[in-house]
Amino acid sequence: MNGENKHITHDNPFLPEPARIVRTYYLTEDVKFFQVRIVDMEKALSFNYSPGQFGMISVLGTGDAPFSISSTPSRPGLLEFCIRKAGAVTNALFRMKENSLIGFRGPYGNGFPIEKMKDKDIIIIVGGLGAAPLRSVLLYCLDNRDQFRRVSLLHGAKKPSEMIFREEFFALKQREDLECHLSVDKDDTGKWTENIGVVTTLFSLLEEIDPANTYALVCGPPVMYKFVIKELVNLNIPKDQILMTLERRMKCGIGKCGHCAIDYIYTCLDGPVFTYWDVIHMRELI
Amino acid sequence: MRVIKLNKENLFPFLEVISEKADLWAPVKKGDKHVFKVVDDFSKVELSTTRTILPPRKIFLPPTFSMFNISEKGYEEDFSHVTKKILFGIHPCDIHGLLTLDNFFKQDYLDPYYLEARKNTLILGLSCWPDEYCFAKSTNTHIIEEGFDLFFTDLKDFFLVWIGSSQGDDLIRLKPEFFDENLTDTDIQTYIRWQTERDKAYKWGINFNALPDLIELKYRDSLWEKLGDACLACGSCTNVCPTCNCYNIMDKQFLGGKDGKMIRYWDACTLEEYSEIAGGENFRKKRADRLKLWYTHKLQAYISKYGKPSCVGCGRCIVTCPVDINVRTVGKALLGEKEDAFWLRFNKEVTK
Ligand SMILES: Cc1cc2nc3c(=O)[nH]c(=O)nc-3n(C[C@H](O)[C@H](O)[C@H](O)COP(=O)(O)OP(=O)(O)OC[C@H]3O[C@@H](n4cnc5c(N)ncnc54)[C@H](O)[C@@H]3O)c2cc1C
Ligand code: SF4
Ligand code: SF4
Ligand code: FES
Repeated sequence: MNGENKHITHDNPFLPEPARIVRTYYLTEDVKFFQVRIVDMEKALSFNYSPGQFGMISVLGTGDAPFSISSTPSRPGLLEFCIRKAGAVTNALFRMKENSLIGFRGPYGNGFPIEKMKDKDIIIIVGGLGAAPLRSVLLYCLDNRDQFRRVSLLHGAKKPSEMIFREEFFALKQREDLECHLSVDKDDTGKWTENIGVVTTLFSLLEEIDPANTYALVCGPPVMYKFVIKELVNLNIPKDQILMTLERRMKCGIGKCGHCAIDYIYTCLDGPVFTYWDVIHMRELI
Repeated sequence: MRVIKLNKENLFPFLEVISEKADLWAPVKKGDKHVFKVVDDFSKVELSTTRTILPPRKIFLPPTFSMFNISEKGYEEDFSHVTKKILFGIHPCDIHGLLTLDNFFKQDYLDPYYLEARKNTLILGLSCWPDEYCFAKSTNTHIIEEGFDLFFTDLKDFFLVWIGSSQGDDLIRLKPEFFDENLTDTDIQTYIRWQTERDKAYKWGINFNALPDLIELKYRDSLWEKLGDACLACGSCTNVCPTCNCYNIMDKQFLGGKDGKMIRYWDACTLEEYSEIAGGENFRKKRADRLKLWYTHKLQAYISKYGKPSCVGCGRCIVTCPVDINVRTVGKALLGEKEDAFWLRFNKEVTK
């Protein structure tokens, strides 16, 4: 701290916490998985968050960017992220080896309303990188299986090699307490054993649902929302039980820099999870 | 609140005494305009200015400053922009601007870079007289009851000095002999006359109460396209507004080394890259959409949430925007007051 400024007394919410990359490997050609541990053991083990929240990861000298936490709070100690190469920060992260130090701030945002989702049916609809936040809530439901009724996963990718967490989700198909449907738009391998078609074609495979008692969670590329939401509304799932995460540019994560604003809503504080009912009222749609 | 009197000729000597305690910032001339600057020659302090080019927030959050020193050891906090300061000559509307920022930087997460700078700066307000661009009366920010340590009302031969805090009182106690505790009936009458005259000097206003609904109803009005076509996306309106708070963050490395700084600098939602996200997707590629965000924020969202606009009527956007897009043109257009001089001028310029 600056010598003359001993009088600075506030905690600094901008100060990144040192964290170490424990493991990292490729999930697809341009998406990498990162397992990260906050260096301070006490902080690492007491760190709490809810599925759907995100954190700011910083690379010293390059900058920081927001990423969804892909791990579940039901397995404390490590934080997991899946990150797509996009620009300066993500490229720097991709170059970093295991054991390197990064900075972390968080958790930020509202996360999924777990309390309201309890004792309800849960349908999780994933497109592409939408797996990042939705894996967290999926694992959370599976770890606390008795708190939820039916749990279903509908996961779509462009082609088999682009399916994020492919092995992990295939393994989940063995579970009796999860209905897991996977699909690719196009099979370029000739070896794909699951559904072929866009993610909405998976709806016909779903067993009959109880819409009033269902929460549907959607995350994927912007084009996906329109089609998926139409299906969900047709299934009579109440609009305030359709949950989605919105992506906005974020520079601070704590409601100060203004970048993520939609009207008077700050995506970083009031989101990134919104109900479809909320979104209908936002004029600058998804 | 305690109110005392200061004779005109004692003002500069008083400022000189208190400036030994901290850097004294005050309005001085720059070309034909005014700016807040650190002063040591008190004869340069301007007592009858209107708005400065940049709002006083530049004193608390400079246009660029360092948040952290970066080295191999990690991030080290850098609060070097926080020094003891006294800000003299800030007008009521700008003090209201600071109160708006206070609210913002205190809610949810505390922003220490702003709040520490604020805590270390004494506010010495000064009364003003409106010109044709001021409309603080319709935002109800032309008078101020809180948010200052001392406030000087200029009544020609003397100042009324309102003591707003115990730190303000401490300043007075450095030179009590400059001040007079006894206000006469005539002094009070002079003040009342001044206030009435000043109220009358505000020649126009905007009916802000009607705007939230109108913005909702006219959200898809062609007005926005018209404004968007004219806007240069220069960001000036945002930079001069005393209640704008957006910023960006960037790591800056020194040449050749691993060391550097994390820099925070003013940003503007009117600039194109402001809302761009990964993959080049931009939710507000059109200038019209970005102007809509600015005006929705100032004139609708803020009013709905706090019962007042996040505009303090300083008139800076009016004197600054090169193509006459400002709270007055937009407000008047939304209100349908198409005969308003500013709206007429704008309309003529863009449709010619
Ligand atoms: C709540 C939230 C959760 C996210 N979760 C994930 C995740 O789990 N995995 C993942 O790979 N990505 C995620 N993102 C997107 C990720 O933040 C961006 O890919 C990242 O900021 C790009 O940074 P960069 O420095 O590598 O790219 P830059 O060099 O900054 O720019 C590359 C592109 O990304 C855009 N961009 C810059 N900053 C941001 C920003 N803060 N947010 C979005 N776009 C930006 C630029 O405009 C440009 O088009 C998330 C974004 C948000 C808002
Ligand atoms: S909107 Fe214009 S008049 Fe209102 S406070 Fe901002 S710069 Fe001043
Ligand atoms: S409204 Fe005027 S000042 Fe603001 S960005 Fe557009 S041209 Fe520049
Ligand atoms: S990311 Fe800065 S305000 Fe939301």
